[in-house]
Amino acid sequence: MNIHEYQAKQLLKQYGVAVPSGDPCKTIAEVRSAAERLFSSGHKLAVVKSQIHAGGRGKGTFKHGFQGGVKLAHSVDEVVVFAENMLGKVLVTKQTGPEGREVQTLLVAAAETIKKEFYIAVLLDREKSRPVIMASTEGGVDIEEVAEKSPEKILKEWIDPAVGLQAFQCRKIASGLGLKGDLFNAACKLVAGVYKTWWECDASMVEINPLCIVEGPDGKENLVAVDAKIGLDDNALYRHKDIQEMRDLAEESPLEVEAGKFNLNYIKLDGNIACLVNGAGLAMATMDIIQHFGGRPANFLDVGGGASKDQVSAAFKIILGDPGVKGILVNIFGGIMDCNVIATGIVAAVRETGLKLPLVIRLEGNNVLAGKQTLKDSGLTLIGGDSMADAARKVVAAVSTH
Amino acid sequence: MSILVQSNTKVLVQGITGSFGAKHAQLSLDYGTRIVAGVTPGKGGQNFEHNGHTIPIFDTVADAVRQTGATASAVFVPPPFAADAILEGADAGLSLVVAITEGIPVNDMIRVKRALEGRSTRLVGPNCPGVVTPGEGKDSQGGCRIGIAPGYIHKKGHIGVVSRSGTLTYEAVFQLTARGVGQSTCVGIGGDPVNGTSHLDVIRMFMADPETHGIIMIGEIGGSTEEEAAEWIARNGTKPVAGFIAGATAPPGRRMGHAGAIVSGGKGTAKAKIDAFRKAGIGISPTPSDMAATLLKMM
Repeated sequence: MNIHEYQAKQLLKQYGVAVPSGDPCKTIAEVRSAAERLFSSGHKLAVVKSQIHAGGRGKGTFKHGFQGGVKLAHSVDEVVVFAENMLGKVLVTKQTGPEGREVQTLLVAAAETIKKEFYIAVLLDREKSRPVIMASTEGGVDIEEVAEKSPEKILKEWIDPAVGLQAFQCRKIASGLGLKGDLFNAACKLVAGVYKTWWECDASMVEINPLCIVEGPDGKENLVAVDAKIGLDDNALYRHKDIQEMRDLAEESPLEVEAGKFNLNYIKLDGNIACLVNGAGLAMATMDIIQHFGGRPANFLDVGGGASKDQVSAAFKIILGDPGVKGILVNIFGGIMDCNVIATGIVAAVRETGLKLPLVIRLEGNNVLAGKQTLKDSGLTLIGGDSMADAARKVVAAVSTH
Repeated sequence: MSILVQSNTKVLVQGITGSFGAKHAQLSLDYGTRIVAGVTPGKGGQNFEHNGHTIPIFDTVADAVRQTGATASAVFVPPPFAADAILEGADAGLSLVVAITEGIPVNDMIRVKRALEGRSTRLVGPNCPGVVTPGEGKDSQGGCRIGIAPGYIHKKGHIGVVSRSGTLTYEAVFQLTARGVGQSTCVGIGGDPVNGTSHLDVIRMFMADPETHGIIMIGEIGGSTEEEAAEWIARNGTKPVAGFIAGATAPPGRRMGHAGAIVSGGKGTAKAKIDAFRKAGIGISPTPSDMAATLLKMM
């Protein structure tokens, strides 16, 4: 699960990481009072940031023509003018796709003078099966590019889960970033806080980019998380009620949300051949084989190992909720699950939805003969596939002539 | 021979009284697997009955091991308790723990993996279909089935299968058996980002097993265990290996069902894995329908 920048900063703040003062706002009235608080406490500059789950906000464009999803403002009135152009408007960035995302929340925060930018993140190193802290003096830029071009500029510190993060590791990072005195001490505390956020929240990633040395209104320098991103491990959400509440359904595809209600794993793609499969690996492979034979998969859909009749029926409705779909491939290898249950579910779903699109079915496994008989007896126009390849070829052909 | 388990391996089932664990314990008994004990805390002293089999239930894995001599276990315990169950199996001295459970938090597995370092217990999984060494009977009965794979699609023989995906393992096994070609052992290593046994671990065992003559290795996007195995095969491989990688059409940054199936930061792409396979001389199955045919052409 992903959360918004302002929510990530709320979590980081709970673990002692300094973030710029500011508030999330859902209305213009909230924006005005947040801006008034900032300017009256001595800040000279505020930043208005669109809260969507996509990168590239600063360089994004709103559909009504307004440029930039992140704006600097010198006065309360300027903040409000920007907010009026952002709240409730659709922002298109290089990561949102052409349809963009509606901005429902703005973060209005202090924009302090930035003296230097760093990068810090915690994530899982899959090869070592351990968390790794990555830090760099090259902040505020695309870190993947830094990793590619000058990997020596990325410091890495692996954490032994048996003992947890050690204080010396924080000092190594602070020193590696070239910090001295108060800033050195602040960095040690910050590294510990960022790691603690990752571990205790069961995050899959915590990234602060940029982490900045800023000069506050009092002239004092401090280390502040100017932008932050947190991804959470879905499997661990059950033990974080507070984080579950941060889920923003508006950021997710409606069909994917609907699928989740039926315990179906669905991901929408932009092709025209839908597929309904049991098992994640087989579902990916089915998308691949559709493409191999010249088609374009419209989705990933795993109905799981114990799909019921109701789930199959829900799966059909979700697939058909995508107007781009021109044909359907059902690929079921029912090792344990009864093929006849699936077949009965398919027949019911086709009748219920009045399906007119070509439907190719490859059914294999437990009780497959009864399943095939059920399909045959239904009197529906269904196309059978003998193997994955045969079924994929048939659905590609059917869609191209339909 | 075979790897990991043989037809005489004594198996216990952790979580045998849950509906999922019970169902698959029954199917394993029907397959002829020597299920000798069940473990459900609080139900020690009761029995698990199925088709004339009476399987004693214990409160702890240690008790079950002491009294039955079980050396392997299948973990069907719900995610919040699964890490504890795996470590209990290791503590009891089991040589193999197969964790079927899907949905264990990554941080739990990070700790489990660290705790297993230096111990003799091998963990397979989690989030995996398990391990099958087919037997000699009808529909390969009499073999050892730990987990949730359909036993009847197997056939005793000489091909080893290793995969992160359950259904793709079944697909490969089905293709082999349909051509009259049997399997030595089939291992599902699971779809999670932190797991106990890697592709390479299994490949090494297959290469060392005289009964395994050829290998099908199935991978998917995310991580780099396929590349690691391919590099080793390029230097040390002695048997033909054919492979398939799922997820060439998966959009970057999205998790494709399995917690570990994600391309992130340009890493873990299907292309990188296929290139590594090609460089290592691994036969590449152009579609998931050709896995068995690709291997058999090499043999």
